[in-house]
Amino acid sequence: MVIYGVALLSFCMLLGIILGEFLGRLFGIDANIGGIGIAMLLLIFLSERLKKSFTLGDITEKGITFWSMIYIPIVVAMASKQNVLGAIDGGLIALLSGGIAVLLSFLLIPVLSKIKK
Amino acid sequence: MDIFEIISTVLSKNGLITSFVFVGCIVWFSYFLSNKLTQGKFHGSAIAILLGLIFAYLGGTYTGGKQGVADIGLLSGVGLLGGAMLRDFAIVATAYGVKLDDLKASGIAGISSLFIGVTLSFFVGAIVAIIFGYTDAVSITTIGAGTVTFVVGPVTGSALGASSEVIALSIAAGLVKSILVMIGTPLLAKYIGLNNPNSAMIFGGLMGTNSGVAAGLAAVDPKLVPYGAMTATFYTGLGCLLAPSILFLIIELVY
Repeated sequence: MVIYGVALLSFCMLLGIILGEFLGRLFGIDANIGGIGIAMLLLIFLSERLKKSFTLGDITEKGITFWSMIYIPIVVAMASKQNVLGAIDGGLIALLSGGIAVLLSFLLIPVLSKIKK
Repeated sequence: MDIFEIISTVLSKNGLITSFVFVGCIVWFSYFLSNKLTQGKFHGSAIAILLGLIFAYLGGTYTGGKQGVADIGLLSGVGLLGGAMLRDFAIVATAYGVKLDDLKASGIAGISSLFIGVTLSFFVGAIVAIIFGYTDAVSITTIGAGTVTFVVGPVTGSALGASSEVIALSIAAGLVKSILVMIGTPLLAKYIGLNNPNSAMIFGGLMGTNSGVAAGLAAVDPKLVPYGAMTATFYTGLGCLLAPSILFLIIELVY
């Protein structure tokens, strides 16, 4: 049943966000720490576990893969609702600090990629 | 009742469905441009994201709102489709099929990129603020925090009691960062080796902005999305943790 996949995905997301909120409170800050990352780990872990005990049917799987495929359209919608005007109106301080931070971070990617393992 | 009124009522009442058509048209047109003008070299999804940002700019100019096209009544459904709830839901879904070994292999690099990313962005923002004449530790810290992400800025600013003008500035700095990551990633990906899970995790840790990382990797290779998103999701939390505490103390020592 396709709902099993969607339900599993939803369960992981909610549990992840709840744990992320707890983690935030634990550190005394009003923010979610890694909720979505925890949700992703839960999904990876649970789907591998479930695969061992019984097979996640093709249709159940589609309840998850559909959302993963609809990801790009969602990102396009997300881009269409950004406050682009606000970013440009922020003036030179906002443009410079954001711009330099992004540029330096890009330059660091090849450097940090070398230190793996 | 004229025909346009009927149509526009139906479209607004079924906002989410209207947004599927809207986004579907953008994506179709973008892949068409990608194939005809660049022979597919510039990814269709990169063009679609760019078009989305242009529409967002036009929408913001037209309505004066903060939600891009979602402030236009007919397209309010775009706000739901592109909102944090569905975005995060889809991001979690991309993790299905990820190999745990790939995550473990880049664990250390991913975690160090998080700390380096938050600190680097913070100090860039702080230094720019100092150059522009800010001399109080609270304002400098808030602008630095905003450069981390546009969530960390206001969280830090309100914790430290920064003025609303400085908080607005910190949000703008974070917005600039997020939009530049969206635009810059597909252009720079091949020069910085952003083509494997390891560099995607480092990318997520360094940039941190959820929307920027999500859109940037979507435009390069959707298979890399879960790896970048995995580290990026810890970034804002880490920023909220470090900026009002250790990083603020460092700035306060100097000022």
